Amino acid sequence: MQVELVSPERILWSGQAEMVIARTVGGGDIAFLPGHAPFVGALGTGILTVRPAGGGADEKVAVHGGFVEVSGTAESSSVTVLSDVAEMASQIDVERARRAKEQAELHLRQEHDTEAEAALRRAHVRLEAAGHTPH
Amino acid sequence: MAGGKERVLRRRIKSVQTTKKITKAMELIAASRIVKSQQRVLAARPYADQITEVIRNLAAAGAGGGAPLLAPREQVQTVATIVVGGDRGLSGAYNSNAIRMGERNMSAQRRDGKETVLIAVGRKVESYFRFRGYDIADAFTGFLDEPHYEDARRIAEAVVPKFEDGTYDRVDIVYTQFLSAGTQQVVTRQFLPLDTSAITETAADGPSADYDFEPGPEQILDRLLPRYAEARLFSALLEGAASFFAAQQRAMKSATDNAEELITKLSREMNRARQDSITTEIMEIVGGAEALRQSKSEGMDLIPDDALSIRDLLVDTVDYNR
Repeated sequence: MQVELVSPERILWSGQAEMVIARTVGGGDIAFLPGHAPFVGALGTGILTVRPAGGGADEKVAVHGGFVEVSGTAESSSVTVLSDVAEMASQIDVERARRAKEQAELHLRQEHDTEAEAALRRAHVRLEAAGHTPH
Repeated sequence: MAGGKERVLRRRIKSVQTTKKITKAMELIAASRIVKSQQRVLAARPYADQITEVIRNLAAAGAGGGAPLLAPREQVQTVATIVVGGDRGLSGAYNSNAIRMGERNMSAQRRDGKETVLIAVGRKVESYFRFRGYDIADAFTGFLDEPHYEDARRIAEAVVPKFEDGTYDRVDIVYTQFLSAGTQQVVTRQFLPLDTSAITETAADGPSADYDFEPGPEQILDRLLPRYAEARLFSALLEGAASFFAAQQRAMKSATDNAEELITKLSREMNRARQDSITTEIMEIVGGAEALRQSKSEGMDLIPDDALSIRDLLVDTVDYNR
């Protein structure tokens, strides 16, 4: 099936894939295989996994909110992921994410604040997508 | 002596040539940046198209009845206008066209008895309206050569909540549409409430596939509409940037042409001045030689016999057209 990962500024990834796993706002992961029924969902902060067709390593993408749409017929389905903040694992600046994580943790120790919490969650997802254990 | 005029002209030509070098360089830079900005406009299109597509699906599923960003107000009291211009000048009428359109709209609304609020985007827009004592609710500057999605989001964050809480009843946006490298057009569009009627109308007769939604269509729409608003702002910023460079390229091209014309004119003037001074010099020499010849024939032998041939010599060697 055709998969497109689209950010507001450009198409981040496009190609054929066997499977896409995404995390919806509810917190559950949902996997799409070719021939999936038409579906529209809102994404939470999490990791999106794309398994390219014909083998090859999984593409991991850190996604902070967005939408997924599955359309087409059983024979030729397509998955489109729209996300205003999405980063391919290969493009994540691990050092920066780690610094952001430390900063957010420091901040949270002093006072509770939803913005710092969100920043911490984003840093975790980035590190996880880049293949670093966040803890 | 006449050489003074020649020197002044030579200096002016030098200065015009330097200016021409600068405008030529700016023209070339702007030309290359039009292409880049145009590519960014195109690269942003898939996202906008897809988001429109999802809205169409949601509308087909019956969502959208109660979304606050979609509902027009019965009583429009306050209208906010976002005027998108540039950060820099030297771009012909790019900034002034957008500013004039924004100003005209606001005064028309005031005549209708509405309150107007201004949101300035671009340093030139901000300074124009600040100088004229307009009340600027928000100003965003410094990114208009190369706008990023973050910038559109910042503007949306300043505007959308104020629409939701009723501070603004309507938001318009004035920006320059990039139709082609040769044509740009300043337009006014309603920004909020979002006008999705064109999208939802086609949804009615389109094939309504049985989509599954998670969470429900209404909740997705609530999350989607702010993104749609941001995407619309972003495309206005991108088109504005492309239009800016197109306007700058044109302005700099005509400046270069004018400089060239001026150089030709000044060079002609300078050559004439030089000719004049040479002619005067020759006349002086010839006159002097003539006087000497006369005094010789009167017996005062001051110079050699062939002094007269100086005239012929000079006329032959001086190149008038140098």
